[in-house]
Amino acid sequence: MAKLTFVGGIHPYDGKDLSKDKPIKEVLPKGDLVYPLSQHIGAPATAIVKKGDKVLVGQKIAEATGFVSAPIYATVSGTVKAVEPRRVVTGDNVMSIVVENDGAYEEVEWPAVKPFEELTREEKIDMIKEAGIVGMGGAGFPTFIKLSPKEPEKIEYVIVNCAECEPYLTSDYRKMMEEPEKLIGGLKVSLSLFENARGILAVEDNKPDCVELLKKLTKDEPKITVKALKTKYPQGSERHLIYATTGRAINSSQLPADAGCVVNNVDTVIAIYNAVMEGKPLMYRIVTVTGDAIANPRNFKVRIGTNYNELIEEAGGFKQQPEKIVSGGPMMGFGIFDLNVPTTKTSSALLCMTKDEVAAMQPSACINCGKCVEVCPGRVVPSKLADYAENYNEEAFVKNNGMECCECGCCSYVCPAKRPLTQVIKSMRKMQLAKKKK
Amino acid sequence: MSDLMKVSSNPHIRSKVTTSNIMLAVVIALLPAAGFGIYNFGLDALILILVTVASTVLTEFLYEKLMHKPVTIGDYSAVVTGLLLALNLPPAAPWWIGVIGGVFAILVVKMLFGGLGQNFMNPALGARCFLLISYTSIMCNFECDTYTGATPLATLKAGGNVNILDMVIGRTAGTIGETSMIAIVLGACFLILLGIIDLRIPGSYIVSFVIFIILFGGHGFNPTFISAHLAGGGLMLGAFFMATDYVTRPITKKGQYLYGIFLGILTGIFRIFGPSAEGVSYAIIIGNLLVPLIEKITLPKAFGKGGEKA
Repeated sequence: MAKLTFVGGIHPYDGKDLSKDKPIKEVLPKGDLVYPLSQHIGAPATAIVKKGDKVLVGQKIAEATGFVSAPIYATVSGTVKAVEPRRVVTGDNVMSIVVENDGAYEEVEWPAVKPFEELTREEKIDMIKEAGIVGMGGAGFPTFIKLSPKEPEKIEYVIVNCAECEPYLTSDYRKMMEEPEKLIGGLKVSLSLFENARGILAVEDNKPDCVELLKKLTKDEPKITVKALKTKYPQGSERHLIYATTGRAINSSQLPADAGCVVNNVDTVIAIYNAVMEGKPLMYRIVTVTGDAIANPRNFKVRIGTNYNELIEEAGGFKQQPEKIVSGGPMMGFGIFDLNVPTTKTSSALLCMTKDEVAAMQPSACINCGKCVEVCPGRVVPSKLADYAENYNEEAFVKNNGMECCECGCCSYVCPAKRPLTQVIKSMRKMQLAKKKK
Repeated sequence: MSDLMKVSSNPHIRSKVTTSNIMLAVVIALLPAAGFGIYNFGLDALILILVTVASTVLTEFLYEKLMHKPVTIGDYSAVVTGLLLALNLPPAAPWWIGVIGGVFAILVVKMLFGGLGQNFMNPALGARCFLLISYTSIMCNFECDTYTGATPLATLKAGGNVNILDMVIGRTAGTIGETSMIAIVLGACFLILLGIIDLRIPGSYIVSFVIFIILFGGHGFNPTFISAHLAGGGLMLGAFFMATDYVTRPITKKGQYLYGIFLGILTGIFRIFGPSAEGVSYAIIIGNLLVPLIEKITLPKAFGKGGEKA
């Protein structure tokens, strides 16, 4: 049987060996915790605490504003020091709640939870919404919206994105190996929302131990299958994951629900488990701190709001001066210039590289080699789109499927002339999307 | 700390393949053909190759210096052009043919259109066709110290007999680099293994050409006639090294098949029905001109719009 995958894609150096074998370690924050009010797609949350208020672990400190939004919870006990703009990974200043950690980790009284079989669909979705869960793979889209499509009976597959195709990242892998029952539990909760759905755990085949473990644990679950996918970036791209697992292809303007699918990331599914089975809001996430500049690369269980500098410290600091630091993976992450930023719901990794390959290579003229076309999972012609974007030729850009780009970065990676293809296409797409909204 | 770190938009990693790697690999892949040419035709061939390569590289260098543009001879593309042009010259051609051809290839066909990546026609072939028209008697004179007869294809066209084994090995008259099928295919295999070229264009080109000569060659399915046409003339060199030139071939996969088929048919028409025994160079430069059109009609379907399978 042909391997489950898609056409295109790349095989960069994966760097996963740096961190994959060490167990997850919990980090206790020492300094202040910063909670940006915008850690998700949609309207920023509204702060419900003010300077001087005492907060406890698990206390709601910001309320969702409107429909597409998510609440935020305190992850330490202490005093609210300020509600002011603070810098976040993207370099923007975002209104944030700053909490001074008292080190006591005093918790709120957790609500009693009913067994999940007794909960109604609405109750479960409400719990997920109230827990502040958003897509933790990086997009940060509020999860309860994904779980409430217009016609829930038409959802046939609930897919857990366990691909982890980004190089260097091992946080999903560690979590699957250490807490597989929570992952499967979270999937069962998700499946209970869709009567006609089957669950798929989609894992890349570079994690054979993980595939085996999940297969063993789900062998008595008739509704859940584990699928091993070909290891290739961007296997974890939502549209390509759906195609690889179900053979259904959707374009950029369609939603997974149009293909009868709901896709969630590993961390998100575990957060669903915590919310529904344990009544706990989203407070932690796993962050891979790695790269050749880091002394002891490994995965950390981090309280949201923890300063990035503390994570670097926990990983033994720098053994060499990094030239570039990326929040997230090397393909989709943000290059950051300041480590004094907080961990948010969508921070997946902190990658510190001693060499910046991008700066070392100067862009030159396109030689039309077609490598970008070869690897493009969106099946577009990146070199031409980049030309249109550079010349601001909107009409040609849209006509030549410019909006179908998934911004995965494969074209920039392979380009022998080192052209910033993804980057210019991305800018053009943003402009076009902004125009559409008007 | 902050002023020591570099920031850029994602992705943050790059593959190690660069333009100059690719061009250097093409130069290496052309060495067997060039080496056999020197072995076959002697010192004259070596001198002609050196002069031609020197003139293409020097032309690019001087043009860029005079125009105050960044010097790009380090990407080896001028070396590739010079080498390809030299391999397409008759061994007995005087040295200044190499110089004129080299200057024309780089200055007129490449630089005046914007340099690497902007030329609409393969510079080496453009120059060869320019020389063929301007210096027909020199360019069509294949008599040299080693061989006194006509090229195998000319012999074939005149109704004579040819030795297939000699043609495959390359012990025949012809241009410096086109005679040895073995040397050319060896170099092409190297490029295919490195993933620099693929069989889409050469494959569709050769297959469609064979079908054409079976149908219209006047000999039906005659293995000797077909082999002679495959091994003779510039077909192998053209199909593997010139039709696959990145800049002047379609970038879309479907377009590449279409382009190959078009070249096959055109080469067949020139060889069978044309006045000359040859046709590869003209076929490819005419093909070059159609590339924008081919790309336009073969725009791939996007993922989720029917393009996910191919």
